[in-house]
Amino acid sequence: MNRIRLLDHLVLMLGVFVMVAPVVVAFMTSTHEAADIHRNGLSLAWGGHFTETYNTVLTREGGFTGKITGARMIWNSLILGIGFAAGKIVLSMLAAYAIVYFRFRLGTLFFWMIFTTLLLPLEVRILPSYEVMNKLSLTNTYTGLIVPLLASATGTFFFRQFFKSVPEELLEAARIDGAGPFKFFIDVLVPLSRTMIAAIFIIMFVYGWNQYLWPTLMTTDERFFTLVRGIKQILLVWVGSNIPDYNEAFALAILAMLPPVMIVLIFQRWFIKGLTESDK
Amino acid sequence: MAAISIKDVSKVYNGGVTAVSAVSIDIADGEFIVLVGPSGCGKSTLLRMVAGLETISEGEVTIGARVVNEIDPADRDIAMVFQNYALYPHMTVYENLAYGLKNRRTPKTEIDARVAEAARMLELQPYLERKPRALSGGQRQRVAMGRAIVRKPSAFLFDEPLSNLDAKLRVSMRGEIKRLQRRVGTTSIYVTHDQLEAMTLADRLVVLSGGRIEQIGRPLDVYHRPATTFVASFIGSPAMNLADGEVHGGKLALGPALIDLGPTVPTQGAVTVGLRAEDLRLHPEGKGSLPFRVDYVEELGAQRLVHGLVGDQLLVAAVSSENPLPETVSLSITPSRLHFFDRASGRRIDWPGEDRPETLAAGLPVLEAAAS
Repeated sequence: MNRIRLLDHLVLMLGVFVMVAPVVVAFMTSTHEAADIHRNGLSLAWGGHFTETYNTVLTREGGFTGKITGARMIWNSLILGIGFAAGKIVLSMLAAYAIVYFRFRLGTLFFWMIFTTLLLPLEVRILPSYEVMNKLSLTNTYTGLIVPLLASATGTFFFRQFFKSVPEELLEAARIDGAGPFKFFIDVLVPLSRTMIAAIFIIMFVYGWNQYLWPTLMTTDERFFTLVRGIKQILLVWVGSNIPDYNEAFALAILAMLPPVMIVLIFQRWFIKGLTESDK
Repeated sequence: MAAISIKDVSKVYNGGVTAVSAVSIDIADGEFIVLVGPSGCGKSTLLRMVAGLETISEGEVTIGARVVNEIDPADRDIAMVFQNYALYPHMTVYENLAYGLKNRRTPKTEIDARVAEAARMLELQPYLERKPRALSGGQRQRVAMGRAIVRKPSAFLFDEPLSNLDAKLRVSMRGEIKRLQRRVGTTSIYVTHDQLEAMTLADRLVVLSGGRIEQIGRPLDVYHRPATTFVASFIGSPAMNLADGEVHGGKLALGPALIDLGPTVPTQGAVTVGLRAEDLRLHPEGKGSLPFRVDYVEELGAQRLVHGLVGDQLLVAAVSSENPLPETVSLSITPSRLHFFDRASGRRIDWPGEDRPETLAAGLPVLEAAAS
């Protein structure tokens, strides 16, 4: 069965091509000058302007106020992504812990209420949420960007399922060993959930990183712009006879891809473990 | 170390199901008590009530001098060994052993000393830095016991600790538990469904069925004088043969056979008769009293179990493998080795003619076959 089959490799190569080609094209094109791109379209050849373009994108102060740099936007996106992922994990673990381990009145009802919100996309509640944040004067703050999105039915659901699969005897052993609810959570459940946490961290980080609508609504101050918004901003300058800075847009897009890729690469091992096997 | 007293303890679940009803056991300090019974008999529930993992619906559990009904499991001064070991998978063996002590704010040097002692006793020293995942089943079982030992509790509670091990390991661990308990001298309650484990480990056995105590006694007493047909059929392997018989005058009619009971008789009329497989003797046709149709034979090596019918009643006889097995045989039994049970209630009927286990009459045929 170990024979290398040509067909298998062709299929794999095709897959790789479909996945990677657009990225390569974007990267190569980003090394050309804007005018070049406007004239010749996408390119597969090296343009030779790599350093300039990326340097400009990262450090040039732009935008309407002339204060926002690419680096700043990456920083903002990171804060949003990490804050989002970490907050969601903490919140949903605590919620799941309550639902699974404490018998409180209407616990099941609460779980199903949380669960049904899975069906509602963010867009449904985006205006009321905005209204609330506005009244609390949290627009144009990181708090306002992150906190309203933290409650996560997906995360709660994942952790609930995971906690349910933890053998009952562990809790009983911990009780006899004199561990209270808090100790049991910190000493036993959290370490056991490591792979699960890694998996959810990746998913949520990427989800937060790619947020567009909510940051657009919440932040008018350019200091809080995220990368995803920045890309849009560059293409918006198509006023009059200006050529949009295609190269910069591509460069930003490439930059925007890097952190999620890095995160996935770093957490990959745990990610797969967390989703497939249970380490109990 | 402490005596444990269980007094009229019942467990009624919310749905109204009674798992344990009015059970009373007095356990002496240092005693090894085994709760044995089929699954669903309430033995685990009873143990968990002593541990504090289940609430006690009625009655009182006393450990030492304290009534512990309302006391948290952590404060009952007990340690428990679970069937699936319940080791913390992310902690090393050392941390697993130390966790209970750490939570009780035991000083570090004391923890180290106790863990080292337990590890030495259980031969776990080479594995202290390993995770449970990297241990074999028997080693995990030892860690679970170590976790109980380091705490130096007044009682050990074992919840079927050996049922996840393979047969060979189970036998050696059984011996180890027994030795360990002797050495530490801690009062122990041990739950199992395996009657062999129960017989070999117990100072006293508690046989449970349907949430009630069928019999409490020393293993051999229970074996030789089962209080009910349930105990008779549960303790001992192979199980005691239970057959329907009738006593008329001085004779017992068992299927087609008549057995002379001698001067005293237990009762008159219909009874359930218990015959231990090893009390039955096998004879070539004509010499025994019970005509026996052999159905099939189980070879166990040292002995063979012969399954067959007397009349229409199934019987198993344990005989030595050395003797040849003729085609047609008959059985005999010393009448004093018969057990009698009330047909309706299943309770044992004691009678003066009983003789067990001290004197053993030669298993001679006692009556000619009554059937033609």
